[in-house]
Amino acid sequence: MKNIIALAFIALFAVSSAFAQGYKVGDKASGFKLKNTDGKMVSLSDYPDAKGFTIVFTCNHCPYAKAYQDRIIAIDKKYKSKGYPVIAISSNDPEVNAEDSFENMIVRAKEKGFTFPYLFDETQDICRKYGATRTPQVYLLEKKGGDLIVQYTGAIDDNSQDASKVKAPFLTNAIDALLAGYSPEPSFTKAVGCGIKLRETAK
Amino acid sequence: MPGKTLLLFLLLLIWQSTYAQINEGNAVHVVNYYQLEPYLQKSNDTIYLVNFWATWCAPCIKELPAIKSVEQKYADKKFKVLLVSLDFPKELTSRLEPFIKSENITSDVFLLDDPNQNSWINKVDANWSGEIPFTLIYGKKFRESYFQTFTFDELDSIINLKLNLP
Repeated sequence: MKNIIALAFIALFAVSSAFAQGYKVGDKASGFKLKNTDGKMVSLSDYPDAKGFTIVFTCNHCPYAKAYQDRIIAIDKKYKSKGYPVIAISSNDPEVNAEDSFENMIVRAKEKGFTFPYLFDETQDICRKYGATRTPQVYLLEKKGGDLIVQYTGAIDDNSQDASKVKAPFLTNAIDALLAGYSPEPSFTKAVGCGIKLRETAK
Repeated sequence: MPGKTLLLFLLLLIWQSTYAQINEGNAVHVVNYYQLEPYLQKSNDTIYLVNFWATWCAPCIKELPAIKSVEQKYADKKFKVLLVSLDFPKELTSRLEPFIKSENITSDVFLLDDPNQNSWINKVDANWSGEIPFTLIYGKKFRESYFQTFTFDELDSIINLKLNLP
């Protein structure tokens, strides 16, 4: 009887966590294996030497996301060698906007000279797991033991319009904090962005 | 001499009224969050619909006609639509203003030019993550947030209910 109650409790917990609104700071993040614009599959386990990752949900069509892509390239260049490479993911449904097709992702990656993988989350599973709602949105993960712990989530910085007027570079401050052995503060920020439209799941 | 002054006065009046006419209609008010805030907190008998959108946001553009139709349907009621654009300020004259003209938008339009989004998004609504479209519908006794793209029927039934119409 005790076992049944425990089982019911676990089932209930599983259901509620499945409906929870994605990862929060401190949560264990899921790894993934997704197709890159060069045609190869990329997995976080391909980076044994990384201390962590900047996962950025971005896309082709969103002006806000595009406005940040040069900054993301700069962040990748600066922090890859320090152990925090950028991994960009597009979870957008090409059915909603053809600009977000895999073929157009290849074009965008070449055009901008992305120094990081630009992965296509075709099933939107990773977007659902992470709870990303808009582009651009970042999740800073730190490797701890065998786990990936979410240490910061939200905006890249506090000025989407003008990189030269940024007062608080939230993401790089957070990476610097982790590199120095501290917890990022703030660890959660908000920003305007384009909604990621999720397809209805089979019921 | 007094006749001349009167003529001048009359000319000034005419000039002023034409000038005022040009300025009415759908001029965009460029504001920071501090300047916008009073419009999110009015306390009178009117029901306010505040829609956060941008010309670059496809689902926002999709729901604008629904908002416009509801605005027209309840034009003689205590109901007011405010459109808060999050377009890039540098695209005010090249993109936002032409769009408002071509779509014949007559609602009050604000361009929120306030880059520190992390500070004002929470002030609008703590549950809002920042994705648009986002719609706030409020009156003296209620305040509701909608994270969705509206159809006319959905919006119509909400406003109908809020206006307490039979």
